[in-house]
Amino acid sequence: MEKKENQWKALKKLRQFLPLYCMMLPGAIYVLINNYIPMAGLQIAFKQYNYAKGISGSPYVGFKNFEFLFKTKEAWVITRNTLCYNAVFIILGTTLAITVAILLNEVKSMVMKKLFQTVILIPFLISMVVVSYLAYAFLSTDTGFINKSIVEPLGLEPVSWYSSPQYWPFILVFVHLWKGFGYNSIIYFATLVGIDKGYFEAAAIDGASRWQQIRHITLPCLKPTIITLTLMSIGRIFYSDFGLFYQVPMNNGLLIDVTNTIDTYVYRGLVTLNNVSMVSAAGFYQSMVGFVLVLTANFVVKKLSKENALF
Amino acid sequence: MVDRNKGVQVLIYVILGILAVLCILPFLLLVMSSFTEELSLARNGYSFLPKKLSLDAYKFLLVDSTDIVRGYLISAGVTVTGTLINVCLTVLFAYPLSRKDLPGRNVFAFFIFFTMLFNGGLVPSYIMWTQNFGIKNTWFAYVVPGLMMSAFYVIMVRTYFTTNIPDAVLEAARMDGAGEWSILVRIVLPMSVPIVATIMLLVGLAYWNDWTNGLYYINRDNMFSIQALLNRMLMDVQYLLSNAQSASSLNQDIVLPATGIKMAIAVLGALPILAVYPFFQKYFIKGIIIGAVKG
Repeated sequence: MEKKENQWKALKKLRQFLPLYCMMLPGAIYVLINNYIPMAGLQIAFKQYNYAKGISGSPYVGFKNFEFLFKTKEAWVITRNTLCYNAVFIILGTTLAITVAILLNEVKSMVMKKLFQTVILIPFLISMVVVSYLAYAFLSTDTGFINKSIVEPLGLEPVSWYSSPQYWPFILVFVHLWKGFGYNSIIYFATLVGIDKGYFEAAAIDGASRWQQIRHITLPCLKPTIITLTLMSIGRIFYSDFGLFYQVPMNNGLLIDVTNTIDTYVYRGLVTLNNVSMVSAAGFYQSMVGFVLVLTANFVVKKLSKENALF
Repeated sequence: MVDRNKGVQVLIYVILGILAVLCILPFLLLVMSSFTEELSLARNGYSFLPKKLSLDAYKFLLVDSTDIVRGYLISAGVTVTGTLINVCLTVLFAYPLSRKDLPGRNVFAFFIFFTMLFNGGLVPSYIMWTQNFGIKNTWFAYVVPGLMMSAFYVIMVRTYFTTNIPDAVLEAARMDGAGEWSILVRIVLPMSVPIVATIMLLVGLAYWNDWTNGLYYINRDNMFSIQALLNRMLMDVQYLLSNAQSASSLNQDIVLPATGIKMAIAVLGALPILAVYPFFQKYFIKGIIIGAVKG
């Protein structure tokens, strides 16, 4: 009797929540297809991909694709480029964003504050393709602004930017910072605005200088945001901004040594050369190392300060 | 003391001013170049103060405007459909997740959160979309892969619901006999206008600016969105460049054709966003802040 009542209760409960499950269904199906099936598809890295047989029908070849990948020079180059660029992006990007946020916070006029916020976000709104055109307007060898209006009037030889790899690490870092600093600055600025004004007043009464206030109040208050954002970036350190490394150098073969990252390597191999076996191992390598890095980064943060961990 | 503060304020204005100018200058160069006469471009290059202005680039684009008009229409259609679907899916997934009494809530939360930690990458996705779903050169290629729903926005909206909609309100509605769907539509959504507007802006921007789906899945000329068109034009510049370099070693007089037109097309690609931005910037900044603080 009691059992039956419980069953009836459970059924009633399920009926009560049925509409909620229905709501989640379309999204769940999309995520299943868009995200989870490709995860299972990663097994392709251990197979000799056969176009006609598809992923599941292709024969296993063990670690052959990996052997092939790690014997090439590219494996080292793309790993080095992806990691080094991202490390520089994280360090310089964070420093710049925090500096700008602190400066924004010091601006007294509300109108100017709004104006600066609006303007520094403009590069963030533009697609990487348009950014490539902007870069081209400056860097084009024959008609670029830098060669025609700066280098030549100074009496120097025009530089062939798109075939001189030595400049590209600087160009790419500049473009990345230019495009992204506004967005990150706004995030840090939002945290700054939330700091209790009482701290600053108390510090001022005690005779703390503006610089001391920044050092001892502002920066410690920003710490959680800095940790969270850096943690998320470190988790993504094995992924690169495909547009930045593919579009901005205009897919130029002469620059490939300094512009090739895991993402551009995979794209070129897959879509341009249609060589699935070559790149599936690189894709697997990226997914796995990326996953391990997120978990590690989160683990370290959890040890240092529990409340800042992502999960 | 007062003087010193004033000096600091001036210094801050100077630094931020320089950064703000740096953000705008490239666009100015782009616009000025698109208005420069072709011959003056060949002689003096892209310049902020061109010797001779001309509307030739735009006139040319106006005569042969089918590609661009079609690109705009495709981009606009994709952005509207994609954004609507995305917002619907996101809200529909986020609302049940925000309900503390939902059985299996943690399982669903993990299901969506895990996609932020781990993904299959381009290779399996590309094979799946092209082989199993055959989306190459269709509208689906622009709307479906990757952009239709993201864990980040689901979590953002979920957090907004849990923190801004009191349980008591939902409870009261249920007492009055409202079903879950009418609670969502009549009570939760009207209380969540800011977050829905924010998601719409961010997703809309992502759809309008997306060029990767076009690059991966579209290779038919009459299916190019404005970003895909820009992308192809850019690669053509490079093609011209490599040709011109070998040609110019033979003949010094050779002039790169259509240098200005390319800049004009880029202006047209950036224009819609820059034109609507001033009207949306308030919500946009608010959106970034909500996303950062609560996401």
